[in-house]
This record gives sequence, C-alpha cells and structure tokens, in this order.
Amino acid sequence: MNTILAIDDLVKRFAGLTATDHVSLNVATGHIHALIGPNGAGKSTLINLLCGELIPNEGRITLLGEDITACPAAERMKRGLARTFQITNLLNDFTVQQNISLAVQARQGNNFRILDTARGRVSILTEVDELLAASRLEPRRDVVAGNLSSGERKQLELMMALAGRPKLLLLDEPMAGLGRLESQQMIETLRGLRGKVSMLLIEHDMEAVYALADRISVLVYGRVILTGTADDIRASDEVRDAYLGLEDELC
Amino acid sequence: MRQHLIFIAAAIVCLSVLPLVAEATGQLALVGLTSRIMIYAIAAASLNFILGYGGMVSFGHAAFFGIGNYVVGILYFHHAEGVPLWGFIPGSNQLLITLPTAVLVAGFAALVIGSLALRTRGVQFIMITLAFAQMLYFFFVSLKTYGGEDGVIVRGANDLFALSLRDKTAMYYVILVVMVLFFAFLWRVVHSSFGTVLSGIRQNERRMTAMGISSYRYKLYGFVLAGMGAGLAGALMAVFMRFASPDTLHWTKSGELLIMVILGGVGTFFGPILGAAAFLILQTYLAAWTEHWQLAMGLILLGIVLGTKGGAKGLFDSIARKLRTEPR
Repeated sequence: MNTILAIDDLVKRFAGLTATDHVSLNVATGHIHALIGPNGAGKSTLINLLCGELIPNEGRITLLGEDITACPAAERMKRGLARTFQITNLLNDFTVQQNISLAVQARQGNNFRILDTARGRVSILTEVDELLAASRLEPRRDVVAGNLSSGERKQLELMMALAGRPKLLLLDEPMAGLGRLESQQMIETLRGLRGKVSMLLIEHDMEAVYALADRISVLVYGRVILTGTADDIRASDEVRDAYLGLEDELC
Repeated sequence: MRQHLIFIAAAIVCLSVLPLVAEATGQLALVGLTSRIMIYAIAAASLNFILGYGGMVSFGHAAFFGIGNYVVGILYFHHAEGVPLWGFIPGSNQLLITLPTAVLVAGFAALVIGSLALRTRGVQFIMITLAFAQMLYFFFVSLKTYGGEDGVIVRGANDLFALSLRDKTAMYYVILVVMVLFFAFLWRVVHSSFGTVLSGIRQNERRMTAMGISSYRYKLYGFVLAGMGAGLAGALMAVFMRFASPDTLHWTKSGELLIMVILGGVGTFFGPILGAAAFLILQTYLAAWTEHWQLAMGLILLGIVLGTKGGAKGLFDSIARKLRTEPR
C-alpha cells in the first residue's frame, strides 16, 4: 500500500491553544480518507497546515515521498495538491467558464506572457469545454460565479480543483450548506473520482462519510483518537463519547 | 467590438485634426490642455492597471511619474552643461534616448519599491507606497544641483531626430502617437495570460494561491509595468512643460491620479482617459471661476462616487443604455 500523504507528529499552537496536537496520519494512494470530529477539533487548521496557509510549529508533512513542510502554498499545489474551501472561494466577477479556464491556465503555465491573448489559448478552451460538457454546470457556463447558488458554487470549486489535475484533493466540508439532493449529487461526483485521485475529506455529514470513506480518522481537541474503517468507528465507545454522543445531545 | 474600433478611430481622427481646428478658431489653449489630458491619461491608466485590474491601491504612484519627469530633466541638464552624470553617463536631449531611459529607471524604482511594499496589503500597502513616494519627493527636493524645490528647467525641450519638440504642435502629435501606442500595448497586456491572472488575484488571492499561483511575483510584475507607464507619462510631461518639477512627486499628485481613476471608473479600460479629461477640464474652468475650485471638485467627486456605478464610464454607459431602450 503506497502512502501519498504522510503527516508525522504535526503540532500547531496558537496563543494558549494547541489546535493540532501531535497529529500523525497517513493517506493511502487511491483512498478516500475522511477526517471527522466535533466543531473546534482543529480540522480546518489541519487542512490549512497541509495547504501551507499555516506553518506548523513541529512535525513533518510528506507528499509523494517529498518533505513539503517548509514549501510555500502555491508550490505545494504544483506538486499535486488541490483543495476546496469550507466557504467557497471563487473568482466572483468571472463566469463559470472563465473560472475553470483560469484554473487550467494556472496549471499549464506561461502566465507571465503579456503579449499573448488568454482567450486565444486553444488548448485551454478545448479542455474547459470537455470539463464543462461532463458536468452539471454546462447550462450555467456563462453565468457570473457571484450569481451561482451555493450548491453550484461547491461544484464549480470542485471542478476548479480538479482542473489542476491533483494527486491529492483536500476537501473541506464539501456538503456544507447543500440541500439533500445536492448532497447526493456531490456524493455521486466524489464516488466517481475514486481511484482517479486520492482524497482527504473533512465532513460533518456522517451519511456521506460512511458512503465514501475507505478510512476514517477522528480528531478531538487537536488529537487523532482513532483511525479505522467505518465499522471500527461505529464500534468505538471513545468516538461515541467524544463526538457522536455530543451530537445526539445537540439534537 | 467593431463599434468600439470605429469609435476609437473616430476619436483618433478628432485628436489629429484638433490643432488645426484650434488654430483656425483661435483656441490655442485647447492644444496644451489636450496634451496634458493625454499625458495624464497614460499615468492614470497605468495606476488603473494595478488598482482596477490588480487590486493594489497604490497611494504613491506619482513617485514613478516624478522619476520619469526627473530623468528627462537630469539628462537634459547634463547635456546642456556638457558634464556627464557621475562622470560617465552622458546627458541627452534626444527623445528616443530620454524616453526609454525614463521608462527603465521608473521600472527599476517600481521593482525596488514594489518588492518591499507588496509584502503588505490593504491599508499598510497604501501607507508604504505613500511613504516611499514622499521619501523620493524629499530626496529630489534636497538635490540642489537640480534646482531643489525649483526643479530643473529643460529649456530646449528634447529633439526627435532633427525635429525640435519646443514646438507645441509637434509635441502634441508625439504625445498623441505615444498615447495610442501605450493604450494599444495596455489592451494587449490586460487581455494576455498575465492580465487574466492579475485579474484573478484581484478577485480572490486565496483562490489563486490554491491554484498554484504565487501571487507576489505576479503583483510585482504588474507593479513594475505600471511604474514604467507612469515613468513614460512623467517623461512626456517634462518635455512638454520644458520643466522637471518636484511637484510631480508630491503626494497630492498621487491623489490627483487616484481621483482621475475614480472619476473615470476604476477597472474600466478607457475610464482613465475620461477621468483625466474630466479632472483637467474641471480644474481649468473651475480655477478660472473661483480660487476655491477644489471645493467644487470635491463635491463633483462625491457626486460621481455616490451617484454613478463606476465613474464617468459608468455614467456614460448607463446613459447609452437608457437611450437605446427608449421607445421611439
């Protein structure tokens, strides 16, 4: 079993708070690895550490066998990482088509050219047309991203992440804010990507997690308390106390 | 697009015949005013490139305008004195040497200032660019060799080959040609791969980073290009006014450029031309009417910002839209 992402003993401290507390985690190539945990467990902090938006105090991150702990954010993306955000980050003045074009353009490079025509780069346009044709956003291609529904925004963001042809996709709550039907569609889309790209999936929707994940890690107060299959998680008292139990009380 | 081209061609023809019309009707001041509008349009458009397309609010853009201004002044000074600068850089009064030199020096200054200033963003970026511009202002004021607060007089203007640009009409056409070339170049840049990435960075820097774009380098490149544009405008201004003045570096000049961009419409391609025209025409006529012209200018700016979406260009478009939809 190959490991695409290895996290060793990662620590991130904010003033007076250890948001990531000696986390070690391996994502196997091809797997969908889910990361669950109650609010404030440090899931988003961990994603931001992996993406390079935050720098860890201790520990090591290895992507595809290379140490990327000190790598700048943009450089990590070039090495095969891509992410989506909990709250979608899109280019709101651009249309759906332009958003995806720019994602493809970013991957292809040659972006310091000032005397070419961005719209004249045929290889980009063909690729975007293919991507759009295979998606539910095709009828919305000329809509400005700022005018999309939240479900469409999530889809577009996923498409932009995939346009970078990543090896590992970091998904920060892809189902958050989606309706039931949209959640189902998102689960289908992600399932369709299985085998093509490895994923680290942060999600609250346990139905989605159980439907998708090969492995699940449970994060509580910045610490991984258990990593296992869906059955292991269901069977664990510790997880039920720390996480699922808490949710029952809230309900 | 076709309509645009016809409109642009018509505008260029109008500008080409303007000196003849002005001479025929005795309105000679019009040529000088239009020359200044075209020069400021270049400077404002270069600021708009980083502000409107790149999202960098620079409050020190006059630094590069002033550097271009002084490069022409200093080269002329050494040409007239016959003493090389630092003993080895000969002076020049040839436009084809002074103009590119001004552009390159301004670009280099933008590289240095930008590489530091772009490590910050938001209000800090505004303050740092302002601070750098003011430092340069006081630096040039302290250069007694070059006139200190009085600046350098470029008595003989520059020559373009054998043509003396002391002639205001000749200079007018030089400015017109340079402006047309500049805007053609800017059009290419805005629609290039780089221009698209820069626009993406303005919209969402975090998203661009997540796509593998190191925004710092792109922003710096844009900042340098804009500095070069402002340097070009400053150099033209020195030749046109036959004078290089520290006023061109003062923070109020940066403010004027910002006002032109806002008046014209931030992030619109032709907005800076409209903005520069509106500003200079208002300044000329309001100043003739009252010495408190800045009060009236402030009220007009307030009206534009609050009342229109996107400055003069926005106003223009919405009027055009109303006319089009009006039933006849």
